[in-house]
Amino acid sequence: MSAALVFEEVGVAYPGRAVLQGVSLVIEPGQVMAIVGPNGVGKSTLIKVASGTLRPVHGRVLVDGQDVADLEPSERARRLAVVPQATRVPPAFTAEQVVLMGRTPYLGWLDREGPEDRARAAEAMQRTHTADLAGRPMGELSGGEQQRVLVARALAQSAGVLLLDEPTAHLDLRHQDETLRLVRNLAGEAGLAVVIALHDLNLVARFADRVALLSDGGVKKLGVPQEVLTPELLAAAYGLEIHVMSHPIHGTPLVLAG
Amino acid sequence: MSVDPSGAPDSGRLRRLAPWLWTGGSLLLLLVLNSAVGPVTIPPGTVVRLLLDRLGLAAGPVDAPGTFSTILFDIRFPHTALMAMAGLALGASGAAYQGLFRNPLADPYILGVAAGAGLGAITAMTIHWPSTVLGMATVPAAAFVGAIATVGVVYRIARVGRSAPVTTLLLAGVAVGTFTSAITSLILLLSTSELRRAISWLLGGFSLGGWQPVLASLPYLLVGIGTLVALRRPINVLQFGDEEALQLGLDVERFKLFIVAAASLVAATAVAFTGIIAFVGLIVPHLVRILWGYDYRRLIPLAALGGGAVLLAADIAARTVLAPRDLPVGIITSVIGAPFFLWLLRRAKNEVFW
Repeated sequence: MSAALVFEEVGVAYPGRAVLQGVSLVIEPGQVMAIVGPNGVGKSTLIKVASGTLRPVHGRVLVDGQDVADLEPSERARRLAVVPQATRVPPAFTAEQVVLMGRTPYLGWLDREGPEDRARAAEAMQRTHTADLAGRPMGELSGGEQQRVLVARALAQSAGVLLLDEPTAHLDLRHQDETLRLVRNLAGEAGLAVVIALHDLNLVARFADRVALLSDGGVKKLGVPQEVLTPELLAAAYGLEIHVMSHPIHGTPLVLAG
Repeated sequence: MSVDPSGAPDSGRLRRLAPWLWTGGSLLLLLVLNSAVGPVTIPPGTVVRLLLDRLGLAAGPVDAPGTFSTILFDIRFPHTALMAMAGLALGASGAAYQGLFRNPLADPYILGVAAGAGLGAITAMTIHWPSTVLGMATVPAAAFVGAIATVGVVYRIARVGRSAPVTTLLLAGVAVGTFTSAITSLILLLSTSELRRAISWLLGGFSLGGWQPVLASLPYLLVGIGTLVALRRPINVLQFGDEEALQLGLDVERFKLFIVAAASLVAATAVAFTGIIAFVGLIVPHLVRILWGYDYRRLIPLAALGGGAVLLAADIAARTVLAPRDLPVGIITSVIGAPFFLWLLRRAKNEVFW
């Protein structure tokens, strides 16, 4: 199977300092890749580069073999969909309106949404269990519901790659679990390639196929959760003593600080 | 999946139509009332009958003094039409600016449109004033050039890299607008001629009279308002912020440039032909939002219709409160608009402004 998303030696610099250097990653369809690492290490930056909103200084990101920087915004949005944090959602739009905006890359400035767009939006809402929220304004929804609507919007883009930036940052335990389970299932069912920047290492351990640990501007370790979430690697990256146990039920790594 | 899940089909349909009936109905009513009011009051029924008669739609001969027809067709109708068009322009461009900048305080003046138009017009007036036919053509043209030039300067200053962030855009607008207004004041102080007429233009409601300004401004307004109404769907996408809109596949910078150009064209035309009329472009989109929601697909055309109605109402007040003296309509919109705006701010303090 060919790779859906490839980071080739990506380097990013903000004025005066290099943030990322020589980052190379390959994400296959159906795979969930988690990006982890301490604050300010460049997790969100990597998502921005992949989504084409930030141009790398070195290297490139390929989606279906094409450089994202060379693609028109609409062409890019048909291949890559971004799920942002649900912190600044315009509160007055209904869930359905928001999901329909996922069809933006398929519509000219003068076009209106057609039956095809409505069908895709409806399908996305079915798959994210948000159909019953259709007519409700976003401001009335819970954080978890808002996040699911934003996932539905990304699905409506019919893109092969899904990028998520800290999708669980403001969610409680149940909604964290719900959101990531949904993303995990979508990757499996629809063969989406998923890149997800995530703080919570225990969620990473349960839901990611592969983990890239970022530290000092580069990929320190890349592998399955058991390989990456080790006390030695994490202690070095986060500068803190860390214990890793086995999850009593799932058997996945359980990370404890201190 | 239903489009509007609220209520039964019939009541849903009525609810969707209600905003259009309200704004459109008010506009039609005020078109008639605005034409009826003046030194000689012409009954609204007569206004309608004379208009239908002229259009060849009247049932029978109209029983009214012959002067009524002259007053209406030579003086009142052109004035009413110009005021309605200015109101439509201010409402539409105000809604567009607010959507573009995701800032409820943005209005046709925030980018220096009014100040630039004022400088252009005053410059033309001091050179050519008092002028005849040539002057009537040069003043609006100069105002228009001044407005577009000022928007260009503001946009250039506000640009950071490839984009113009909202905060720098607003700050640059205020700074350049203040500077431009100062130059205008200086020119006014140094000039000796016709100061009163120039000031009345600056205060808004200045009417050139006759059908010429109506016909001259029509193409600009049709193109500008038409563009804003046609592009109203992607303005919704902008409400998620520039970066997210770009990720959703909207060519944000190019789109914003189109909207700024169209909104500025519309606002500058209104300023050029009717002077500086504050608060209509700010208040009307607010009202529409409070009453009927944030969807720009409806907001822009509704704000246009509402702007026309509001400005016609203000113009009636301007021509009656101190009758037989005419007040500049800009004074009326400011006197009523400013406290109304403060009330809106208080009311919305706890809501999320978007």
